[in-house]
Amino acid sequence: MADGASNEAFVEFERVQKSYDGETLVVKDLNLTMPKGEFLTMLGPSGSGKTTCLMMLAGFETATHGDIRLGGVSINDIPPHKRGIGMVFQNYALFPHMTIAENLAFPLEVRKLGKAEQEEKVKRALDMVEMGSFGGRRPAQLSGGQQQRVALARALVFEPELVLMDEPLGALDKQLREKMQFEITHLAHQLGITTVYVTHDQTEALTMSDRVAVFDDGRIQQLAPPDKLYEQPENSFVAQFIGENNTLEGVIKEIKGNTCVVQLDGGEIIDAVPVNVSQVGERTRVSIRPERVEYNRDRLHADAHTLKAEVLEFIYMGDIFRTRLRVAGNDEFIIKTRNAPDQVRLKPGQEIEIGWLAEDCRALDAS
Amino acid sequence: MRQKMRALMLVAPLLIFVVVTFIVPILSMLFRSVENDIVPNTIPGTVIALSQWDGSSGEPPHENVYRNLYIDLFKAEEAKQHTRLGSRLNYEQSGLSSLFRTTGRSLDDIGELWQDPLEDIDPNFEEGSFWFEMMSGTGGEDFLETRRELMALMSDEDMSGDVGFVPSEEIIQLLPWTARAYTDFALWAAIRDGDTVAEEDPWESVYGALGMDLTNPDTVSAINSYNGAGASALQAAAANIDQLPQFGFREAFTEEDKDWGSADIWATIKLYSPSMTPGYFLNSVDMTLTPDGIVMKPENQQIYTTLFMRTLIMALIITASCIVLGYPVAWLLANLPMRTASILMILVLLPFWTSLLVRTSAWKVLLQQQGVINEILVWLGFVNDADRLVLMNNATGTVIAMTHILLPFMILPLYSVMKTIPPSYQRAAKSLGATNWTAFWRVYFPQSVPGIGAGSILVFILAIGYYITPEIVGGTDGVFISNRIAYHISSSLNWGLAAALGSILLVVVLGLYWCYDKIVGIDNVKLGG
Repeated sequence: MADGASNEAFVEFERVQKSYDGETLVVKDLNLTMPKGEFLTMLGPSGSGKTTCLMMLAGFETATHGDIRLGGVSINDIPPHKRGIGMVFQNYALFPHMTIAENLAFPLEVRKLGKAEQEEKVKRALDMVEMGSFGGRRPAQLSGGQQQRVALARALVFEPELVLMDEPLGALDKQLREKMQFEITHLAHQLGITTVYVTHDQTEALTMSDRVAVFDDGRIQQLAPPDKLYEQPENSFVAQFIGENNTLEGVIKEIKGNTCVVQLDGGEIIDAVPVNVSQVGERTRVSIRPERVEYNRDRLHADAHTLKAEVLEFIYMGDIFRTRLRVAGNDEFIIKTRNAPDQVRLKPGQEIEIGWLAEDCRALDAS
Repeated sequence: MRQKMRALMLVAPLLIFVVVTFIVPILSMLFRSVENDIVPNTIPGTVIALSQWDGSSGEPPHENVYRNLYIDLFKAEEAKQHTRLGSRLNYEQSGLSSLFRTTGRSLDDIGELWQDPLEDIDPNFEEGSFWFEMMSGTGGEDFLETRRELMALMSDEDMSGDVGFVPSEEIIQLLPWTARAYTDFALWAAIRDGDTVAEEDPWESVYGALGMDLTNPDTVSAINSYNGAGASALQAAAANIDQLPQFGFREAFTEEDKDWGSADIWATIKLYSPSMTPGYFLNSVDMTLTPDGIVMKPENQQIYTTLFMRTLIMALIITASCIVLGYPVAWLLANLPMRTASILMILVLLPFWTSLLVRTSAWKVLLQQQGVINEILVWLGFVNDADRLVLMNNATGTVIAMTHILLPFMILPLYSVMKTIPPSYQRAAKSLGATNWTAFWRVYFPQSVPGIGAGSILVFILAIGYYITPEIVGGTDGVFISNRIAYHISSSLNWGLAAALGSILLVVVLGLYWCYDKIVGIDNVKLGG
């Protein structure tokens, strides 16, 4: 969490539901609490309800049921222009008939600020995004990245406490996107603004956020800081959705405290941490990250279960090696190893034995 | 190069079609607004003779002009062209049409004033064959061709062919007037009527022309030493000129109608003698050409400037009404869900697919004093039965009906522009703190202005040239300049004036278009996309 962030709830969603047609719920029972100064990302596939949540917070959609509070006050009945929330849109939505300076002055003008104060704030905001010399241009004369900066400056110029960003980097190329990711987080933390960021790009979510809310099917599947989300996914969806992941299907054989033994469908036995399975005999899908798979027997526990694997493909990727294996009938089992001087390079056709620390292998729901 | 040629070949049919059916008629129409060939073509001799006359003297022109007029008018009367000339000149001075018509009827009588005594002096003058023998000879081929050309121009007909007559050079020198009149007669008889010249009795004008020649003492003495064909009859006539009328053609014309003695009439004819005239254009702006220069017409005859102003003002009112009514509809079309929008779109287009005449007639039913609207208002008690609203046969009717008819031309371009304005702009404005109204006025409206521009140009230009609707519901207060143009095209047949009015309208529209381009910029006009 960022410096200076208090634990007091600033943005709150309480049992919020949203339906467009009165039959199907796009957002189902959403509960979310955000402290001031937090950078929270809503991540999910399209149609998962993340943008709808953002629009409800901005006031462009009304919640069918439930309560949205901002600074302790319910904002359900407050129109968007009185909410004082800054927003950056996917296509920037810079007004094409106004210059950059006029665009930035717009929110100040409708707040009836004096001319001199407007000019000063516009200048400061433009300098903040390093666009100081572009005030007289029109949006169409700027590149995508520059428009992005202006859109950001416009959302911040009236000093809102909450800023919403709806996939703001979607239209930029990879390099520029990475640069802007850094700049946006930096700016948000520097100014201490609370930010809700919507994206479908998991790398963006992991690198930028204090916490990430993974959305699917109108619900938050997991709400956690990036490291926890990646290393300790709480269900199969999150495990699949975030990062690369190997899965094996089987049945719980034995549960001992916070480890369990899983018998795979091919009869092999492995160790895992039970996450959302509770009883012996339950079907499970175990998930293990490619970089946590070990094939050096010496580094495993003496009593660890191991699996036989056949190397199918070895891909040299520079910083890492990516090896595809056949494990327990699964042809798509990937392991990643660091390109270290003493690293073994496996050859296709080679038979090896693999294993892992029980805590890296998570037994999740089978759905 | 070959590619270009092929492309040109592909568009050629359309290009030719447009040129033949659109550009050429328009150019010819524009040309008509200054063209005045009818005067110099119909009375060519008179026009030349009249150029010597000083109109400011207040005196009628010299005898020579009347003689030419007689010769010109006689053959014009044979070709039935003199009434057309009368109508043309009547546009400039009323009364000239009837003057030419009645005079045309008495040309034979004037000729007979000389014919009767001449035939008394020598019965040979009664014989067509005698005249033919006397007039024909050799050396007059060029003279014949000149008369033939003049005749062709006057009658607008093909005069080529064998005449069976060549005037004698000697007689042309001896009797110049008679030679002209007889050659004209010979041409007409041989080519138009298909007769043998020698068997036909000459026109009365030939006798009149001989009378003209005999007033010249030089001619009389030349006749006495003449020994060609018909010499004895001519010498008998020369010896008895005291039996011929002792007055000239000026008196003869003035006797038939005293207007011929008026310098005013002749001044008008002289003013409109050139083959190009600014007269139609001056008429179109309520001015007139007088011998003293260009002056405004009397107050009670000024109608076109009023009509032009009215047309412009009403077209502006109609355009403004279309913007006011069309904008919300276009906004709804662009912002409603697809399904509802397409139903609304059909409602907008439905009138578009209905005949213009049917729609205008429907307005007639609605607007008249015993019509649907008035009946409802009276029934609801908003209006007394005694003073029902006058919604038709005035400017109100024209504005109401034309606004309705031209509305789709405003809505469609507006809609296509509004469709391209992303809703995120308004959302952005609201998130920045703008109220609904500010978001609309500061963000949405400026972006829809190109649509307003396109719609306004369309509606305004269509309105300014509209004809049917003002004709049906406009009465007298609500008619446009186009109705006047139509009147001159089809009723008064003053095509020159119609062409001049049309040209002015075209120039006004082009001028406004130019202003619009300077102010708004034609690049800002979007018809879609």
